[in-house]
Amino acid sequence: MTPETRRKTPDDFLREAQAEERAARGGRLKIFLGYASGAGKSFRMLDEVRRRRERGQDIVVAAVQPRVPPEVQALLRNLEVVPLKSAGDHPAIDVDALIRRRPAACVVDALAYDNPPGSRNATRWQDVRDVLEAGINVIGSINIQYVAELSEQVEAITGKHVTQTVPVEFIKSADEIELVDAPAGQPMVEGSAEEQLDAARSEQRLSKLRELALVLAADVVDHQLNEYLERHGIGHSIGAQERIMVCITPRANAGAMIETARVIAERFHGELIAAYVNQPEISPAGRAALEERLAIARAAGARVEILDGDDPVDAILEFAEGHGITQLFIGHSQRSGLWQRIWGNPVDKLIRGTPGMDVRVFPQ
Amino acid sequence: MGYAAGVGKTYQMLEEARELKAHGVDVAIGYFESHGRPDTIAKTEGMELIPRKRIEYRGSAFEEMDTEAILARNPQVCAVDEFPHTNVPGSDRTKRWEDVERMLDAGIDVLTTMNVQHLESLNDQVWYITGVRVRETIPDWVVHQADEVVMIDLTPQALLHRLERGVVYGREKAERAMRNFFRESTLVALRELALRETAHEVEHRTIAETAPAARHAGVAAAIFERQKILVLITADPTTAMAIRRTKRIGDFLGAECFAVAVQRAGDAGAMPEAEREAIERHLNFARNLRIETRVLEGDQTAPVLIDFARRNRITQIFVARPRQRRWRLPLLARDTVQSIVNLAKDMQVVIVSDREPAGRA
Repeated sequence: MTPETRRKTPDDFLREAQAEERAARGGRLKIFLGYASGAGKSFRMLDEVRRRRERGQDIVVAAVQPRVPPEVQALLRNLEVVPLKSAGDHPAIDVDALIRRRPAACVVDALAYDNPPGSRNATRWQDVRDVLEAGINVIGSINIQYVAELSEQVEAITGKHVTQTVPVEFIKSADEIELVDAPAGQPMVEGSAEEQLDAARSEQRLSKLRELALVLAADVVDHQLNEYLERHGIGHSIGAQERIMVCITPRANAGAMIETARVIAERFHGELIAAYVNQPEISPAGRAALEERLAIARAAGARVEILDGDDPVDAILEFAEGHGITQLFIGHSQRSGLWQRIWGNPVDKLIRGTPGMDVRVFPQ
Repeated sequence: MGYAAGVGKTYQMLEEARELKAHGVDVAIGYFESHGRPDTIAKTEGMELIPRKRIEYRGSAFEEMDTEAILARNPQVCAVDEFPHTNVPGSDRTKRWEDVERMLDAGIDVLTTMNVQHLESLNDQVWYITGVRVRETIPDWVVHQADEVVMIDLTPQALLHRLERGVVYGREKAERAMRNFFRESTLVALRELALRETAHEVEHRTIAETAPAARHAGVAAAIFERQKILVLITADPTTAMAIRRTKRIGDFLGAECFAVAVQRAGDAGAMPEAEREAIERHLNFARNLRIETRVLEGDQTAPVLIDFARRNRITQIFVARPRQRRWRLPLLARDTVQSIVNLAKDMQVVIVSDREPAGRA
């Protein structure tokens, strides 16, 4: 086989796509994601900076947290800092000075800050976007609390409302994301019963934030992988994330099926899809029942897919295979009635199904 | 918890051991594997290392962790590298995790390292992703017992960079590794598995600490409090996959699991030797994963199984999808699955797919 005729592997596509993106944006963005201050994000980030400098990279510090622990201070002493522009309590990174200085890379500790009024951009992450567009690589950090789309969940856990946030899309656009994980707290041995209870509660809150951070990192990783694979027409069949697909028909009673699928998807932090195969002759009553079921599925957080195909089972299998479904849910009633008379026993066909996908048959 | 060699698990473990020592805790290193990495070796300087034990096996000398020496030394905390390691034959215990259990029983706290691909219930998924059958596995309940599970993360790009620079392995070995386990798409998928697994471990501990009544709200509680899963044991090799999948889903749903084999009445002796052995092996495997097992008698599998399920209020039955052969469909096995689906009208039936890495070159 000559090099020209060799079929490209997913890795080839991955690398090509990454190269395209990098070329379009200029600088590369790497984000360190943590779940609480004190988990060691700044240290990890600045330690990487130290190592990069030792390898000869031109790298500067564009922003650090106002208060840093001694071990971080020690790292900072040996680094070049481009000072923040201050307007009262509200510092902003100096984008113009950075672009003039033009290092290969810069560090922005804590991405979730609003800039003072009259700044070039309203927020720091928008400044970072400008820096990237100027071709400078950025290493940034953020805590899970400051992701805009998670603010309600975070508030439910911590009871605190956060106003300065970064959109999740910006985090997903990072070339690399690295999770900084650590145990949620040291067990407290001494102290009054009340203090111990407080400590336990705060550990519980931190554990929930930690879980959110782990899941977000996993989602970003999944998103990156699938985006590349999808863009280049490769079906995803990796199987690292559970993807649950519920087959909806006008006849099947879908309530319990959707609820079970929702809980399983939630427990596995997986994806939930509800699929319906278009049927040519559907009665108005059937149409209404179907719409109701699809509404239940949407309310459960499912993505609804309407499929077309002469054979409903083939349509389902083809979609499932192309989208890396790991668990397929079908109702009992689908193995009798019209389907069975026309297409034979669909369960039998699904049992022979597709590798990497379990089939869950529900009672009706 | 990591997802590949070189992400920094040993380094991080030693870092924590040093920190504990600096805080006056009595720490010893029970076993560590340097892989010749200078950064890691530097982390052991000034730390107490308990010498390894030499074991002769078939004329060669092997070095293993000296569990008895550690027990005699009795430190407060002991650092033990490579949790999934299998000891050389002739050791007191087969697995390193069993040595660690022994240390925990003696009141020694243990820090240890592992990659996600060594978790038993993920064995088929890892095979599917990597094309590699991992042989050294750890039962899920062992990891569940840990007080903390921490993810040691590193991006695949940075890991590959480390490999290229020869930090992880020697340069030659690195080139070989990069052609196999260390392909970028494989690393990305394993990393995702590790992140999700750690999230699950964190959630598991959070839930365990919360009052059971507050665990799940609303309908979910009604549906999931009483889940009981049964998995059918046969001689078919796909049974092992069904058992792992049952365990995994059961764990995530907090469900009770049973494994049941059905044999013809008084006919156990007439069963081919190989078949009987396979069933026994599968039952043992289930027991090792802490699944309760039963052997039932009856002429036909499906009705006996369903009858048992009803009497024991089983809500979900897991069966392996019969392995396909292009030239001959295993009719009998398919009929059994069909009959179970047809008879079990009041419970969910899950037909577990195989996860062979077919066509994923």
